[in-house]
Amino acid sequence: MTDPRRLDLALRVAMPAVIAAAALAAWEALVRLYEVPAYLVPAPSEVARTLVADWSILGPSLVVTLRTTLAAFAVAVVLGTLTAFLFVQSRWIELALFPYAVLLQVTPIVAIAPLVIIWVKDIQTALVVCAAIVAIFPVISNTTLGLRSVDPGLAALFRMYRASRLQQLVRLRIPSAAPYFFGGLRIASGLALIGAVVAEFVAGTGGHAGGLAYQILQAGYQLNIPRLFAALLLVTLAGIALFAAMVGISKLALAHWHESELVAER
Amino acid sequence: MNLAEQAQRSVAPSPAVLTARGAAKTYPGGVRALEPVDLEVREGEFVTLIGPSGCGKSTLLRILAGLAAPSGGEIRWWGGGADRLGEPGRHLSFVFQDPTLMPWASVAANVRLPLDLARRARGESDPRVAAALGLVGLGGFESSYPRQLSGGMQMRVSIARALVTDPDLLLMDEPFGALDEITRARLDADLLALWSRRRLTVVFVTHSIYEAVFLSTRVLVLSARPGRIVGEVAIDAPFPRGDAFRVSTGFAGFCQRLSDLLAQASATGAVGA
Ligand SMILES: Nc1ncnc2c1ncn2[C@@H]1O[C@H](COP(=O)(O)OP(=O)(O)OP(=O)(O)O)[C@@H](O)[C@H]1O
Ligand SMILES: [Mg+2]
Repeated sequence: MTDPRRLDLALRVAMPAVIAAAALAAWEALVRLYEVPAYLVPAPSEVARTLVADWSILGPSLVVTLRTTLAAFAVAVVLGTLTAFLFVQSRWIELALFPYAVLLQVTPIVAIAPLVIIWVKDIQTALVVCAAIVAIFPVISNTTLGLRSVDPGLAALFRMYRASRLQQLVRLRIPSAAPYFFGGLRIASGLALIGAVVAEFVAGTGGHAGGLAYQILQAGYQLNIPRLFAALLLVTLAGIALFAAMVGISKLALAHWHESELVAER
Repeated sequence: MNLAEQAQRSVAPSPAVLTARGAAKTYPGGVRALEPVDLEVREGEFVTLIGPSGCGKSTLLRILAGLAAPSGGEIRWWGGGADRLGEPGRHLSFVFQDPTLMPWASVAANVRLPLDLARRARGESDPRVAAALGLVGLGGFESSYPRQLSGGMQMRVSIARALVTDPDLLLMDEPFGALDEITRARLDADLLALWSRRRLTVVFVTHSIYEAVFLSTRVLVLSARPGRIVGEVAIDAPFPRGDAFRVSTGFAGFCQRLSDLLAQASATGAVGA
């Protein structure tokens, strides 16, 4: 028998790869067969060629967008976690503030972004603020839920042994919250990227040589559809990479005990 | 303990470890789990609570441990309040009905928890952890995680955690319920040995009449919900008790009396509830 772990990993990689290969092949074939012009739908090979050819333009844009995303993600994680700790300190604080966290979540970022861009002088900072607003909610809500999801028996045990508040936090609440926190990170990382791209769109092309959204807008104006697709591809790849990184971190942190990271027994 | 000692003990009773006066519990939502209970447990006693399922044994035990506040009455430990628990000579340990282990911590870390919380140095606590794990037959499992153990093994980890602080009063809620007959008999014997060696005071909950008779100096029978003490049997067989005691006529007699009381208790409770 093959090692089930290996088999599992192989399937995880192979199955989506087969789908992707089939879809790309069909796309390429259809475009060639019907001689679709590149300004409508470029063939995958054309997109790949543009990606390489325009790398001197697209590469720096990718860096700009990634920098905004990572900064926003970091801000969202730090502020979101602090807010969650604040919430579990007192029911009153949570009751008073939680609705505003929801408000932040349900208001579309495209509607807030122009205001933020007007209020915050530095455009780069403004973009980070917008993306962080989008990404912060899952961190707050998951971490709060996690910090509250303490096994009541263990809580009683800690009380019985007269654990200090700090001991309860470090030895009980934080480990209990960890699986929820990492779940929040996965969602937040994707949202930070979406937030960054949307904010770049709103900021537009005026004066600021920006990230991937700027390239998409420019390419659109110039009907440079292959480059538009190439930029789009980069956004997608960046999102996948972020997600994979979060999965990896969560695995590292939880693998030795949490059900979600255990390999299923067959 | 010989007969002379026993006689002496009855003349000069040992000090009370645990006193409950009118301890009652009504859960929020109006579930009356426990009628007022008066109870005194003296030093060196092994008192067992038995009663039908759901009659309030766990509730009473949690109140006796100070884990839950009674909705009426009061509890004293060594004549003092809960704030004095943990002082020298006033160590209390509790074994929950479920293992209640930290899934993210190794077996050794779980057992060491009470010592860690008391900020004991590793040099002092590690040998005690090893000794406690040896006592429950889990030496060599230090670095395992709870999920890698069977239910019964997890329960034994939780017993080791209770013993590691060297308690003076040990409260145990059906600790051996999940174990097979052989392991259970072995742990019963080990518990008795520990009890007499350390002059522990134990309050124990079980569903097994045999276990209750084998272990206890006194068995209290609770009625069906709302629980109240409806019978008491002193098991005045001498210690040490071995396998011979389990098959003696005296043993059978105690079991019969308890079984009758339990049948009565279940019947009256059912009418009352
Ligand atoms: N947290 C709670 N809230 C409300 N009712 C409760 C709670 N805990 C227990 N009860 C009720 O109190 C009664 C006594 O519960 P308890 O756990 O003390 O029973 P028990 O005698 O230990 O039963 P078992 O032998 O099955 O463990 C039960 O009928 C239960 O419904
Ligand atoms: Mg119970």
